[in-house]
Amino acid sequence: MEKVSLIIDDQKVEVEKGTSVLEAAKEVGIDVPYLCYHPDLTLHGACRVCVVEDLDSNSLVASCVTPVTEGMKISTTSMKARRARRRNVVLLLANHPNDCLGCDRNGSCELQDITHSLGISREDVEEVAGQVREVPRDEVGPALKRDPNKCILCGRCVRVCEEVQGVSALQFSNRGFDSIVTTAFDLPQSEINCANCGQCATVCPVGAITEVSEIKNVWHALEDDDIHVVAQAAPSIQATIGEEFGYEPGTVVTGKLVAALRKLGFNSVFSTEFTADLTILEEGSEFLKRFTSNENLPHITSCCPGWVKYAEHNYPDLLNHLSSAKSPQQMFSALSKTYYAEKTGIDPEKIYTVSIMPCTAKKFEKEREEINASKFKDTDAVLTTRELARMIKEVGIQFKALKDEQYDELMGEHTGAATIFGTTGGVAEAAVRTVKEKVTGEELERLNLGFKGVNSAEVEIGDKVVKVAIANGLRNAEKLLDDVRANKSEYDFIEVMACPHGCVGGGGQPLPISEEKKVLRGQGLANTDENSVVRKSHENPMIKKLYEEYLKEPNSELSHQLLHTSYKERAKN
Amino acid sequence: MKDTIYRSHILICTGTGCVSSGSKKIKHELQDELANKQLLDEIKIVETGCHGFCEKGPILVIYPEGVFYCQVKKEDVSEIVDEHLLKGRVVERLLFKEPTTEKSIPSYTDIDFYKKQHRIALSNCGKINPESIEEYIANNGYEAAGKALTEMTPEEIIEEVKNSGLRGRGGGGFPTGLKWQFAYDSESDKKYVICNADEGDPGAFMDRSILEGDPHKIIEGMIIAGYAIGADEGYVYVRAEYPLAIERLKKAIKDAQDLGLLGTDIFGSGFNFELHIKKGAGAFVCGEETALMASIEGKRGMPNPRPPYPAAKGLWGKPTNINNVESFANIPYIINEGSEMFSSIGTENSKGTKVFALTGKIKNTGLVEVPMGTTLREVVFDIGGGLTEDKKFKAIQTGGPSGGCIPEDYLDLPIDYDSLIDVGAMMGSGGMVVMDESTCMVDVARFFLTFTQSESCGKCTPCREGTKRMLEILNRICEGEGKQGDIALLEQLGEHIKETSLCGLGQTAPNPVLSTIQYFRNEYEAHINDKKCPAGSCQELASAYKINIEACVACGQCVKVCPVDAISKGDGKYYIIDEAVCISCGACEKKCPVDAISQG
Repeated sequence: MEKVSLIIDDQKVEVEKGTSVLEAAKEVGIDVPYLCYHPDLTLHGACRVCVVEDLDSNSLVASCVTPVTEGMKISTTSMKARRARRRNVVLLLANHPNDCLGCDRNGSCELQDITHSLGISREDVEEVAGQVREVPRDEVGPALKRDPNKCILCGRCVRVCEEVQGVSALQFSNRGFDSIVTTAFDLPQSEINCANCGQCATVCPVGAITEVSEIKNVWHALEDDDIHVVAQAAPSIQATIGEEFGYEPGTVVTGKLVAALRKLGFNSVFSTEFTADLTILEEGSEFLKRFTSNENLPHITSCCPGWVKYAEHNYPDLLNHLSSAKSPQQMFSALSKTYYAEKTGIDPEKIYTVSIMPCTAKKFEKEREEINASKFKDTDAVLTTRELARMIKEVGIQFKALKDEQYDELMGEHTGAATIFGTTGGVAEAAVRTVKEKVTGEELERLNLGFKGVNSAEVEIGDKVVKVAIANGLRNAEKLLDDVRANKSEYDFIEVMACPHGCVGGGGQPLPISEEKKVLRGQGLANTDENSVVRKSHENPMIKKLYEEYLKEPNSELSHQLLHTSYKERAKN
Repeated sequence: MKDTIYRSHILICTGTGCVSSGSKKIKHELQDELANKQLLDEIKIVETGCHGFCEKGPILVIYPEGVFYCQVKKEDVSEIVDEHLLKGRVVERLLFKEPTTEKSIPSYTDIDFYKKQHRIALSNCGKINPESIEEYIANNGYEAAGKALTEMTPEEIIEEVKNSGLRGRGGGGFPTGLKWQFAYDSESDKKYVICNADEGDPGAFMDRSILEGDPHKIIEGMIIAGYAIGADEGYVYVRAEYPLAIERLKKAIKDAQDLGLLGTDIFGSGFNFELHIKKGAGAFVCGEETALMASIEGKRGMPNPRPPYPAAKGLWGKPTNINNVESFANIPYIINEGSEMFSSIGTENSKGTKVFALTGKIKNTGLVEVPMGTTLREVVFDIGGGLTEDKKFKAIQTGGPSGGCIPEDYLDLPIDYDSLIDVGAMMGSGGMVVMDESTCMVDVARFFLTFTQSESCGKCTPCREGTKRMLEILNRICEGEGKQGDIALLEQLGEHIKETSLCGLGQTAPNPVLSTIQYFRNEYEAHINDKKCPAGSCQELASAYKINIEACVACGQCVKVCPVDAISKGDGKYYIIDEAVCISCGACEKKCPVDAISQG
C-alpha cells in the first residue's frame, strides 16, 4: 500500500494513501472532535466540528472527509481551526434544548462532552440564540422513542439504518433550518417497517433516539412486598455491563451481575441462558425433523426479535422457514409463570418477570399480541443493559466491590452453548452441537462462525452434511434470504442476528459502541463457553429436570403451548 | 416537405416571456390573417426562441428587412399584414424607441440593446425555429459534432476546449477543458455526461432560453463531450418548472435520434450516445453537482463531500462530467471556429462571452450576451438603457442569490470571473439585478439570504444553523431592533459559514450580506444606531407621515385611502394624521393632489 507523509501539528505522520486527516491525526494521538463521523459508517461531512486548518492554503477542511495528500501541513490547534470548531458547536447548541438534566444521555452525550471540553459557556450560545426547533416527539412505541428537537442532524441513525440494516426507516426531511430526521409520512417509528433493533440509538451522539425506559415500573415492582420479582439476564449482559463500571470491554462479570441484581431486590435471579439451552432442544428437534423430512429448509432461527419483525415486513413469504420456537426471553417468561410458579407454590399473578436484555427489540417482543402463554403477561418488563446499570448506580452499589454470586439454580443453570447465544454464530453452533451429538453421539469441533457479517460452514452429521450459514446485521442477511426466496439457497440452517456481531452489539448495550468493543465482548463470551464444564445444551441438568418433571419431551404438546409461537405478515413500510 | 421560396419570413418569439404576454394568440391571428389574404404561400411564420428583450415582448421580426416590432398586440396584426407585408410600409408605432434618444429604430441590429452584444451561446435564439432540426442544421448545426466525431480524436477535442479558455458558465468558473480531461483520464467501463439545467437563481433564465430557443445546440455540445471523455450516455437535469424547455428538448432529442445524430454509430464513427431528460423537483441545491447526481439516482438532493470528484466517481459511482447549459452551448462554436477564435474574445483569464439576465430597476430588462471584459457601465447604461425613471444608480447585484452587491464606484469594472470575486461578488450563473437609490441594501441582503437560507439542504451545521442566525439578525435590524455588535456578528458568522460549509451553496450564501456591509455599512449603522432606513423602504423604520396644514385643501382624499384610519379632520380646514396609528404606507402621500403630505 502506498504511503503518504504529512505534518499534523508539527508532527510527521506517515499513513496509508486514502486515510483521512482525522484518522491520520488519531494515529499519532491527536484527537479531533467530531459528531457526524462514525468509524462503522460512510463519510458524511456534515457537522463540520472536525474542521482543521490546511496551512498551505490557510483554509479550513473537514478532517473526516479530507484524504491526506503528500506533504500536507495541518494544524488542529490553530486559532482559525479552534474558533471554527467552537462556533459550529455553538451553532448546534443554539438549536438544542440544552436540558441535559432531563436527558437520558446526560453523562454519555457526545455533544455534552465536546461542549465541556471546548469550554463553551451559556453566554457563547446566547450570543447567537434565536428560534429553536419545535416538532412533536415520537413516544408511542414500546421500544424506541425519538425527540427530534435534540437531534443535531448528524445523520448517523439514517446511515446505520440504511447501510448496516438495509431498513431505511429514518430519513432526512424538509430543508434548511426546518430539516429533521423522521420516518416516512412522519409516522411513529413503531408503526413502520422499523425492526426496533436500536442501532440508531447506539450511534446517536445525543439523546434524540433512546430506548423507552421501564426503570420506574421495575422499581415499583421491587418496592412492593406483595410482588415476587424474577430476573432473567440475557447471555451477553455478563460480558458488557462491566463497561458501565470501568471494566475493560469483554470482561465477563457474571458473579457481580448476579450479586447486583440480588442487591437491587430481585427475589430470584436467573439466567436467560437456561432457556437458551431449552431453545436448542426445542429448535434442534424441530430442525432435525425438517432436515430428515426435507421440509421448510433452510431452517431459520427466530430468537432475535429484530430479525423476526424485519422478516415479517420484508420476507413474509419465508415465515414458514422460521423456527416456531420462541426466543429464550419469552420461553423463560412463559415458564416463570407456569413451571416456576408450580415448583415454588407462588401465585403466578404475583410474579413480576423482568428481563435484562442487550436489546431494544425485546421491549417490542414482549408486547406481541400472540406471545403470552401463561394466563398473564409473560414478560412484565425489559431493561436494557444501560437501564440496569443506571439502577445499580442509582442505589450506589459499588459494582466492582461486589462478591461474586451464583444464579439461582432452577432456571439459572446453563451451559456454554447457551452463553454463546449472545454473539453471532452462537445459536447455530449451539444447535449443531446438540443435533450432531444426539444423532451420531459424536462431539462437534468448534465452528467459530463469528466476527464476520456473513459466514458459513459444513458439518458432517453421520452420512449427511448440514450446511450452516450465519448473518449479523440485517443488510448482510438480505443476500442469504434473497437466495432462499429464489430457491437458490444451499443452506440447511441459517442463523440471523439483527445487530452487527449479534447481541454483544445490541441496541441496548453500553455506549459508546465500536467494532473493536463488539469483538472483545464476543470473545469474552466465547472464552466463558470454552471454560464451561458443561458445554452442550442437552446436558444441562436443570433442562433435563424440566423435561422429566414438566414438559415431558421436546416439541411435546405442553412445549408447543408454552414455548412455540407464530408470525404474521406486516406491511412493507 | 414543400420546396417553397417565401418572400417574407415573420419570426415570432415563443419564449416563455413572449408566450405569457400573448405571442401564441398573435401567431394564430397572423395565421388567420395571412390565410384570409391568401398569403400563406408567400409568407412564412416561424416560431422562434427568446430574443432576450423580454421587456418589450411579444416580439416579431420580419425578414428579409429585419424590422423589429415590439409589444405587439393581437389587434396590431391586421395592420402589420396590410401595411408592412402588402404595402411595404413599416408600422412606425410598433418600432422600438431607444429610451435615451426617443428615436424609433426599425432594424434589429441597430438597437443599442443588441449592438453591444456578441451572441455565441444565444446565436440561434430568436433566429430559428427551435422545434425544427432542419433549421438548426441549415444554420451549421451538427457540423461541429460531425467534425469532432469524424476528424478529431478525443484528445484533440479536449485540447481544443482547453485552449479556448472556456470556463464553467454555471458559476464556478472551473476550466471546462480540464474538467473533460479529468473525466477522460478516469478509467471505467461506463461514463456519463450531465447537462446541469437546474437553473435556480431567482430571475435567471439564461439556460431556459437556450433550451427553449436552441435545444439542439445543447445536444450537440453533449455529443461532443461524450465522445471526448468516452461516455455513451447523458442526462439533462432540468427543473420541472421549465415545461416548454422540456417539451422542446424532448422533441429535439427525438428528432436527433430519428436522424441518427443520437443513438448508435453516430456519423459512422462507431460512437454511441444516448440522452435522457431528468426532471428536477425544484430544490435550488440540486444545481450543486453532487446533489444533482444524488437526485438523478433517486436520492434526496443533498451534496456530498468532494473528493471523490464526479470526474472520478460520479453518477452511480462512474466517472461523470457535468457542465452547465451555457457551457455546452459554446462547444459547437469552439469546434467549428477554433479555440483561437473563441479565445480572441474576452479578457486574459475569462474567454468568450457570458449571458446575463438583466433585471431590476433598469429600462431594458432581458437576456444579454456580452464579451467578457465588457464593463458593468456598458451593460447597465448602453445595453440596459439606464435606470427606470432615471433614478440614481446605487448598486448592481451579480451572481444570483449568493452573489454580491457592487456599488457605483466599480461601474467601470470589466466583467470577468476574477474581477467580480475581487470586489466581493461573483459571476454565478449570470443574474444581474440593478438597484436604485430607493433600494435598502440591508433589505436586499435579507431578501437574498431568505432565499438561500430556505434553500439550504440542511445537511451541514454552518449553512443550516448559521444562515438562520444571520437572517434573524438581519430581520431585527430591518425591524428597528438591531443591537450594537450585530454588524460584527454578521461578519463573523458570514466568514465562518463561507469557510466551513460543505458545498458551494453555504460557501457563498453570506456574500450578499458581507458585500453590502463592505460597501454600504452606513446603511446598516443607520438602521441600528438611528433606527432609520435611509432608502425609506423598511416599513418598521419608516417614520409616520405628516400633513402640512398650510397646504392642505381638506379634499379628504387621503382619508379614503388610509388603510388604518389614521387620518381625521382637524378644524374643518385641514386634516391631521395620528402618528401613533400611521403605518407609513405612503398611500396618502401618493393620493394628495397638492403635495401637502410628507414623511417627517
